[in-house]
Amino acid sequence: MSGGSYYVPSTSKWPILGSLALGLMMIGTGMVLVHDRGTPIMTLGLLAVLAVMGFWFRDVVKESRGGLYDAQMDRSFRQGMGWFIFSEVMFFAAFFGALFYIRTFALPWLDGEGAKGVAALLWPEFTASWPLMSPPDTAVAGPRDTFSPWQLPLVNTLILVASSITLTVAHEGLKEGHRDTTRNWLFATLLLAISFITIQGVEYYEAYVHYGITLEAGIYGATFFLLTGFHGAHVIIGATILAVMLVRVLRGHFSSDNHFGFEAACWYWHFVDVVWIGLFLFVYVF
Amino acid sequence: MAPKLPPHHPVEQSTSATAGGQASAHHAPPRGILRWLLTTNHKEIGSLYLIFSLIMFFIGGIFALVVRAELFQPGLQLVNPEFFNQMTTMHGLIMVFAAVMPAFTGLANWMIPLQIGAPDMALPRLNNFSFWLLPVAFLLLLSTLLMPGGGPNFGWTFYAPLSTTYAPPSTTFFILSLHIAGISSILGAINIVATIINMRAPGMRMMDMPLFVWTWLITAFLLIAVMPVLAGVITMMLMDINFGTHFFNAAGGGDPVLFQHLFWFFGHPEVYIMILPAFGIVSAIIPTFARKRLFGYASMVYATASIAILSFLVWAHHMFVVGLPLAAELFFMYTTMIIAVPTGVKVFNWITTLFRGSITFEPPMLFALAFVVLFTIGGFSGLMLAIAPADFQYHDTYFVVAHFHYVLVPGAVFAIMAGVYYWLPKWTGHYPNVKLAQWHFWLSVIGVNLTFFPMHFAGLAGMPRRIPDYALQFADFNLVSSLGAFMFGASQLVFVAVVILCVRGGEKAPAKAWEGAEDLEWSVPSPAPLHTFETPPTFQRHEH
Repeated sequence: MSGGSYYVPSTSKWPILGSLALGLMMIGTGMVLVHDRGTPIMTLGLLAVLAVMGFWFRDVVKESRGGLYDAQMDRSFRQGMGWFIFSEVMFFAAFFGALFYIRTFALPWLDGEGAKGVAALLWPEFTASWPLMSPPDTAVAGPRDTFSPWQLPLVNTLILVASSITLTVAHEGLKEGHRDTTRNWLFATLLLAISFITIQGVEYYEAYVHYGITLEAGIYGATFFLLTGFHGAHVIIGATILAVMLVRVLRGHFSSDNHFGFEAACWYWHFVDVVWIGLFLFVYVF
Repeated sequence: MAPKLPPHHPVEQSTSATAGGQASAHHAPPRGILRWLLTTNHKEIGSLYLIFSLIMFFIGGIFALVVRAELFQPGLQLVNPEFFNQMTTMHGLIMVFAAVMPAFTGLANWMIPLQIGAPDMALPRLNNFSFWLLPVAFLLLLSTLLMPGGGPNFGWTFYAPLSTTYAPPSTTFFILSLHIAGISSILGAINIVATIINMRAPGMRMMDMPLFVWTWLITAFLLIAVMPVLAGVITMMLMDINFGTHFFNAAGGGDPVLFQHLFWFFGHPEVYIMILPAFGIVSAIIPTFARKRLFGYASMVYATASIAILSFLVWAHHMFVVGLPLAAELFFMYTTMIIAVPTGVKVFNWITTLFRGSITFEPPMLFALAFVVLFTIGGFSGLMLAIAPADFQYHDTYFVVAHFHYVLVPGAVFAIMAGVYYWLPKWTGHYPNVKLAQWHFWLSVIGVNLTFFPMHFAGLAGMPRRIPDYALQFADFNLVSSLGAFMFGASQLVFVAVVILCVRGGEKAPAKAWEGAEDLEWSVPSPAPLHTFETPPTFQRHEH
């Protein structure tokens, strides 16, 4: 609520182009998955989605820098970003819920324990364990070995926690008006993000080549890649956002009291960090 | 709070007008089809949602009529069982995701800014994006019917492994189209929450908001909370189908019941997403035509919030026969029954509002009153289904079909129609034709009850859902249901006629189209001009 003026853009072509681009991308993806062709359509769709996002955000940046936005508009963006992150939290909550359900209920029941232990009739030889090394049906090959959480996963945890700290320093620098501080610490954050993604890539390679942890390796491999995979995708998105923020910092887009784009990127990065803590605890440690 | 429209703003001189969105923003609104493709106006986008929803209502309705035509007599007459399954599935999917939800979103787009005195939605471009995702999503979904192996045939709840191991190849496209629809819902809901929290006229507190706004705020919260869970579960399906994972396959240590838990964690709040805005509409209409203030405003708000919170704790009542531990059966039975308390509060509040009112029976009021009676029937059959031991008998019978059609058709759909009749004068400047509207109402009420009331009996007698053929003893009930369904379907053509006639002409409506109407939307002219509340109105508080 304010007595100021609220900016209502009159028309925009990005939403409709974005819808079409997303539709193209989905059709291409479906064709690749179902018919094993359509990679050009999928790629074109993906590029179109990225292009539309780029143009759309460019318009928003221009309007913001042109002084069209008032405090009320700023609150709309804050609300929008906050609720968007909440929706992301619920997306991961579904995956964590699946993990807990499998570990707490489904596997013990298949082993004959608990209220629905009658499920053990299916595979009487089956013994529940976590990580699940031998899936109930012998046709499904389980993983050969699992990761120690105290090697690469711990390193990655430290990297991501450190990146949240460096990003906070960068944000404080921005609030104090020290653009060089912001630039340097944001750059450090980006380096940490890239290290995380690289290490995660190494871990995936190890998983497939040396540990036999694959998507097909029973429920352990499936949940492992579901959770770490979507988290990794979010890290890549977050790192991309941070890279854009670095460019905007270099161009002097932000002032100490007007930089919600930067702040939203921080919110998103902290969210990705918190999800990792959950992953580290429940996918790797326990 | 007058919106700074680009032509009047200094930025026009200071930046080059080459940027795409900027450039077009500097000209007068485009004409013809581009106006609708590029619009950021909440009224135009609201109309787009409503028109889209109406078209989908007829497509989904035709699918239902294929089902009812096949069930007119026992035996297989018109379609083969595989196609029958695709029709039941697509009917459900289209009605839920493409007809009812977009209709409420359309009403929200039109009315929330008008009811809270805002110049537009908080994020107008995002609003347009949310809408235009829908035609893309549902064209893709409908196209699966033409793909090799046919479209989705596993029921609108798409239980694994029917929807994974045994599904047609087009299922991947079904999943991707549902992802697009989900993105649309989440972005739309974020926009609505931001609008309600941030854009109210100065002086309007939360507890001053009309109930339609309140119920939509809570609905939008539910959408943001559960649509991502749907996205998660369909992503797991996609991986089971295409990448060899075993989420819903016990051979690899997964569990098909996990699918049901995740689906219904989304699915139960989803059914409240389809009814809470209906409560809001009815709570606007009944006081208007009873010419009394709504009884128990605050309790309505608290009841809505309670229903929303409880909706997260009841999901497994859809799964009583799947093999849940006893403790889970009891927990979900009792939490489900508790929902009757806040719902009862609402029904009693509506009845108490009517008590000693000066009631008149204009078309919106007819639909609202029918809503209260018929939705309550659906609510009571829901209570019966909530009793776990009794549900062992009812589960997967036509009793369930009767129950959820009572809450969704004379519940959600009637409320949407009530809302359309109520606000048509504001949208078009004309009153809808009363005689035709009365025909539409009575044909619909009779048609709905003919269709769905016998299903209670067929279900209690043991007729299962989702079958193209049935035992002879169910023949009479099905004959009546099918006749009623065609009657209900045909009477919706009257509705289309009323709407078209109302857009084209009719008795002129003043700003305050209904004598007893109080909310802010009745302070702007009828038809509402394209831009309203560019300067925020002074909000006059009436004590609730």
